[in-house]
Amino acid sequence: MQNLTTTVVDFPDAGPDTALKVPEAEAGACFHCGTPLRGAVFASRNRSFCCQGCLTVFELLTENGLGDFYRFGKAAGARAGAVPKQEEFAYLDDPALRRRLVDFEDERWTRATFRVPAVHCIACVWLLENLFRLKPGIGYSRVNFPRKEVFISFEHARVKLSEVVGLLTALGYGPEFNLSDSEGRPRHPVSRRLWLQLGVAGFAFGNIMLLSISSYFGLDAFSGPGLKKLFGWTSLALAMPVLVYSASDYWRAAWLAWRRRILTIEVPIALGIAALAAWSAGEVLTGRGPGYFDSLAGLLFFLLCGKWFQQKTYERLAFDRDYKSFFPLSILRKSGRKEERVALSQLRAGDRLVLRNGELIPADARLISGPAMIDYSFVTGESEPVEKAAGDLIYAGGRQIGGAIEVETAREVSQSYLTSLWNQEAFAGEKKPSLETLTNRYSRRFTKLVLAVAAGAALFWWWADSSRALGAFVSVLIVACPCALALAAPFTFGAAQRILARRKVFLKNPAVIEALAQVDTVVFDKTGTLTGSGAGSLDFWGEPLGAEEKCRIRSLAEHSTHPHAVRIAESLQGEPFSQPVRSFSETAGCGIEGIVARQEIWIGSAAWLESRKVAVPSPAAPNGSRVHIAINGNYRGCYTLTNSLRPRAEEGIRRLAAHYALALLSGDNEKERERFDGLFGSSGPVHFNQSPLNKLRFIGQMQAPGRTVMMVGDGLNDAGALRQSDVGVAVVESIGAFSPASDVIMSAAMVPRLHEVLRFAKSSVRVVRLSFVISAIYNVAGISIAARGLLSPVFCAILMPLSSVTVVACACGLTARLGRRLDLDPAREGGRQP
Amino acid sequence: MIVIFLLIPLGIVTAAVFLMGFIWAVRSGQYEDTGTPSLRPLMDDHEPNQSQKANE
Repeated sequence: MQNLTTTVVDFPDAGPDTALKVPEAEAGACFHCGTPLRGAVFASRNRSFCCQGCLTVFELLTENGLGDFYRFGKAAGARAGAVPKQEEFAYLDDPALRRRLVDFEDERWTRATFRVPAVHCIACVWLLENLFRLKPGIGYSRVNFPRKEVFISFEHARVKLSEVVGLLTALGYGPEFNLSDSEGRPRHPVSRRLWLQLGVAGFAFGNIMLLSISSYFGLDAFSGPGLKKLFGWTSLALAMPVLVYSASDYWRAAWLAWRRRILTIEVPIALGIAALAAWSAGEVLTGRGPGYFDSLAGLLFFLLCGKWFQQKTYERLAFDRDYKSFFPLSILRKSGRKEERVALSQLRAGDRLVLRNGELIPADARLISGPAMIDYSFVTGESEPVEKAAGDLIYAGGRQIGGAIEVETAREVSQSYLTSLWNQEAFAGEKKPSLETLTNRYSRRFTKLVLAVAAGAALFWWWADSSRALGAFVSVLIVACPCALALAAPFTFGAAQRILARRKVFLKNPAVIEALAQVDTVVFDKTGTLTGSGAGSLDFWGEPLGAEEKCRIRSLAEHSTHPHAVRIAESLQGEPFSQPVRSFSETAGCGIEGIVARQEIWIGSAAWLESRKVAVPSPAAPNGSRVHIAINGNYRGCYTLTNSLRPRAEEGIRRLAAHYALALLSGDNEKERERFDGLFGSSGPVHFNQSPLNKLRFIGQMQAPGRTVMMVGDGLNDAGALRQSDVGVAVVESIGAFSPASDVIMSAAMVPRLHEVLRFAKSSVRVVRLSFVISAIYNVAGISIAARGLLSPVFCAILMPLSSVTVVACACGLTARLGRRLDLDPAREGGRQP
Repeated sequence: MIVIFLLIPLGIVTAAVFLMGFIWAVRSGQYEDTGTPSLRPLMDDHEPNQSQKANE
């Protein structure tokens, strides 16, 4: 980053042909990122900046002729913060780690994809795609905006991976790395293959149809034998790639099912396709007729359309995360006096680590110095941050709140209390769908029936007119090919999945709907699921505060990162500007103090104020966390913070209780037992102080008598239970935030409407059953004609698409209607689906 | 009617050309990111040299 220290070139005058006609920045806001200016202001060329980082980016861009960046809009940048040191990223150049992080490497070029959550506008895209102008050695860079990823290729001889990451971080687009990256990244899902298969099938379908259409209308009177031959052979040639390429997944699936002696839907499909292809090829080769290639190509085209419709993926969501995606890739290790950033995988027991405010504790460790406040809400479900003193053991997964602390690791990352959950049996191998799909259940009976009818028809004709026996046998197989049956579930569930996604309920795959429809037991987690983080109420008890007092309290509270102080400061927003605070000091676990407008303000616990000779009256306020306030040594009042249920959650639970068995599993202590006993009442058990392992076992016990259990949770401590349950639902405050592995990712706003989601799933399954009935009617009609040996290509070409189209229209139409009934307007406000 | 023998293969060859185009588009990743390209026309790019000249 030698560019950063070069001398500043004058800002050019806005001449007629300069590219740098820059709009005036808003007064009081950072020219680069738009953050309101507070305290120290950094200035360069008459522009003001909120931090050294933004100033540096501005200079870097203007020096390298990228001043155009500021023409995309006012304050288009991402806040850069402090200028990062290059050494911070040195750990990335470790060959083993580096190999896992990059996509591809040859003698000259390295290609890597970075997740960059800060990308938010077109200016970001432009800047990131012009990286090559900032640093020689960087070649091509491309942004994938919906995924918030940037793909960069660079010459590793001229620029190191750590330098590329350093440059991105300096620009304010620091890539996000987590521990799972160090195990190699899964490549992008293979949707290309499906597109190609669909394209080939569509191409063949269209062209064969063009050749066949004349014969449908009996227009072959004027066509000589030559033309007939041409049409037949051309159709055969066109159908070949469809059979070999487009249908390949069906062949493979049917073969696998056959070897495992199970009848999935792919078996009758493959049988039907094989019969169609063999019979048609026979007709063409012997010159008897044009065959059924039109139906064959059409069939596969529709089937692939169904597959395509079903495989909607939500790009910013990941359903398979474990703790490794939550843990950082690197950590600040202290050896002697030196601090260095190392990859987490190199961490050993006994290492000394430095953790700053908001950083995650990567392994069980002993606190060495600094009073610590650890927020465990995400990993254990405890709603209050916990105080720890030097010598205490602190568990992995918590976050430090407040100043920097030093710890000594006691165990390795994977052996820690929380992370050892992943060594449990439930996590071995892929999560197997515990339920057989509706389609497969239906197709098992269907296949047997079809084979019986085909054999029956063949036997009958063998006895009546043996020349037509084979024809009748094949015709039955052709007509009974369960195309409509195979389309019913993908289209219904695909449509249902989209409808739910609009309500911010994202399913891992459409098959989850079937599992949802069979759920009979719902288990909830408390913290973060039923109670919102920060959704609780904050009340002041005492003489109402004046506007000036509020302003002073806020000014002081803003200086602390303690969650209570943050909540208080947030609740006092909207008052006049903050005032400067002098002599600020924070005593961890006690409170904060400072002088604002010559008033000495103390905010903290009762014990702390009492130790300073402030008379704290016995509270009239209800139970919950209390924060007391004293001004100039006089008691002023207290704030109470209670974690409340999400709005309307109570009503939602009552409704669920009418149809489902319920239970509550919380890692929190018993202080709120009464409330939840009242809420869950007779309908289900309420357990507190549950460890992650307890939760997992509890679900297993519930399942033992044959219940289908749905677990609704949010944190890493629920990960075992989510995995063990038949349907795991992860609740997230914002879509795209970390959530443990699950089958469903649901916005927190939807928790109270869970009963509606379950009802919708049940109705969707009924739609599929109805579609099966429709497809069965078509099949009976088709088979009754085929068994008589009267099947003709025209009949086949009409019946097959007609049955498919009816089923698809019925499935989509009915599901859309159900979706309208599920109209959940409140949940639609704000936010977009990713 | 003999012209059919010319027209049919010609039609198929034309369609095959479009199929090739489609295959190329899929292979080059155009169906994987359908969001970002819609932003690119909004960036009216300047030659880097121009702004650099303006700087000097």
